[in-house]
Amino acid sequence: MKRFIGFIKKEFYHIFRDKRSLFILFGMPIAQIMLFGFAITNEINNVDIAILDKSKDATTQEIINKVSSSKYFSNKQLIKNEAEIESVFKKGMVKAVLIFENDFSKKLIKENKATIQIITDATDPNTANTISNFTNSILRKYQQEINKDIKIAYQIIPQTQMAYNAELKSVFMFVPGVMTIILMLVSAMMTSISITKEKELGTMEILLVSPLKPSQVIIGKVVPYIFLSVINAIVIIVLSIFIFKMPVQGSLFLLGAESILFIINALSLGILISTISETQQTAMMVSLMGLLLPVMLLSGFIFPISSMPKILQIISNIIPATWYIIILKGIMLKGVGLAILWKETLILLGMTVFFIALSIKKYKIRLE
Amino acid sequence: MKNINVIKAEGLTKMFGDFTAVNAITFEVKKGEIFGFLGANGAGKTTAMKMLIGISTPTSGKAQVAGFDVYTNPDNIKKNIGYMSQKFALYDDLTVKENITFFGGIYGLTREQIKKKRCQLVEELGLKDVVNELVSSLPLGWKQKLAFSVALLHEPKIIFLDEPTGGVDPITRRQFWEMIYKTAHNGTTVFVTTHYMDEAEYCDRVSIMVDGKIEALDSPKKLKEHFNAASMNDVFLKLARSPSPPETSGLPKGKGDEYDNQKEQKTI
Repeated sequence: MKRFIGFIKKEFYHIFRDKRSLFILFGMPIAQIMLFGFAITNEINNVDIAILDKSKDATTQEIINKVSSSKYFSNKQLIKNEAEIESVFKKGMVKAVLIFENDFSKKLIKENKATIQIITDATDPNTANTISNFTNSILRKYQQEINKDIKIAYQIIPQTQMAYNAELKSVFMFVPGVMTIILMLVSAMMTSISITKEKELGTMEILLVSPLKPSQVIIGKVVPYIFLSVINAIVIIVLSIFIFKMPVQGSLFLLGAESILFIINALSLGILISTISETQQTAMMVSLMGLLLPVMLLSGFIFPISSMPKILQIISNIIPATWYIIILKGIMLKGVGLAILWKETLILLGMTVFFIALSIKKYKIRLE
Repeated sequence: MKNINVIKAEGLTKMFGDFTAVNAITFEVKKGEIFGFLGANGAGKTTAMKMLIGISTPTSGKAQVAGFDVYTNPDNIKKNIGYMSQKFALYDDLTVKENITFFGGIYGLTREQIKKKRCQLVEELGLKDVVNELVSSLPLGWKQKLAFSVALLHEPKIIFLDEPTGGVDPITRRQFWEMIYKTAHNGTTVFVTTHYMDEAEYCDRVSIMVDGKIEALDSPKKLKEHFNAASMNDVFLKLARSPSPPETSGLPKGKGDEYDNQKEQKTI
């Protein structure tokens, strides 16, 4: 045991004396969470729009007021003719243009209908979609207001509720994803690099010739990273609770336990990578390409799994991060417990056991 | 005392698939001896050494190191041997003191033992001023001497040195060999592989491996007589150039020759 403690102490010297790994360990999580929390967002706020009002009457004025008083839109710019539409879009001044047809009020009263054209800049399809949805809902509301005295025989009123994230905050979606990425990065990449570093320097050979057992060497190498990953997870959760008001509805204990399971899973992947790579560079590339990219793209963190092609859905199912993100969202946002998440937990556990077994086997082969 | 065998290998063989890396080598090393283990790159000396230090299991044959069997008792072998590889093997980002503490620790020395050893070692190597400096700041020669001393911290019965003097200047090599002599004089057996044929002359006995087989084994003096050669370099060249028996030629012929030519230039 004393040997073991000496080993871990040595490992911490390595980590704290290497500025690069220190940055990845502590700078990265904070930078990422801040970036995703503040800068990178798919919420729509303060979108610049232009308005072409051909009738300029009371009704159009009222609608314009409604639109511009919503928090989604701002900086309305009035344009005078169709020719200007093209140019404001091309200059990138606005994301959408609303066009009221001639004699809007009159038509509305006489013919009971009038048209508004919504043109959006669909170079960014998501934003375009959201803008058109928002405008539609503003118009619908206005319509209900002016129709409130009239009784319509059959009426279907949709009541939409955005459950678990009423304000549609994107940070609620990013926090579980970022946490997954950070834990993956620290656990898998850093361990694989630190193990291959010993191989590269020749110290691994010295360790294997020493009375330390190979398993002790490997455990000694990963224990510091388990510790640091747990600290990272805590930092991320604290930041997201206090800065982004992210709720943790479920049990913090369960959250911690699942995170440790995921950390161990990532560590075993890291060991696996170190058994197949000879240099630190290879280990880093394999970790980035083989782990980080799939986690970013296929785990459901950014792109919904259900809209992926079948083959990618299958791949996404074998990525541990996919299940960890489901668990995280379940615990943090929905407040569910093991009664619901047992399946995901079991899958994660199974994967962890599989990876550990595989890396032990690989490690033994390499020793031969 | 000199007649106790601390290493005994009998028909020791290692195969990787169809390729025989080490082909039934048989030899003995006596206590306190400096045993030179020579051979071209790819001749199998590193593989043979790995079997002896317990990190590679032989395919067949017998071997005992420090009285323990390589199959059944590699853990006890590890406790009784020291090892220094051709790659420099201390941690660059740890200080001299931390390195000593760490390596002493993994060999199970107590804190007091480590402290005593450290003081002694620092005194002998004249490292007093740099004991709290990172190893990366030391010149290569110092690092190598330090690595050697660290490998001896736990007072092993046998020390294995895998090309310990690669890339070191002649003066440091000289000093290094003085350390080896001193170690052997204190009763520790030294098992050393080397590229430098002049170093082979310093050994009590040398074995020369060609294509996985030990082709010659004796004291440098007797080998020179037997091969009618002026130096160990000539012995080596004569051996490596003589056609090897067909059943052992795992490597393409001529590879050894090329290598020898390089050696020739290096040593002349």
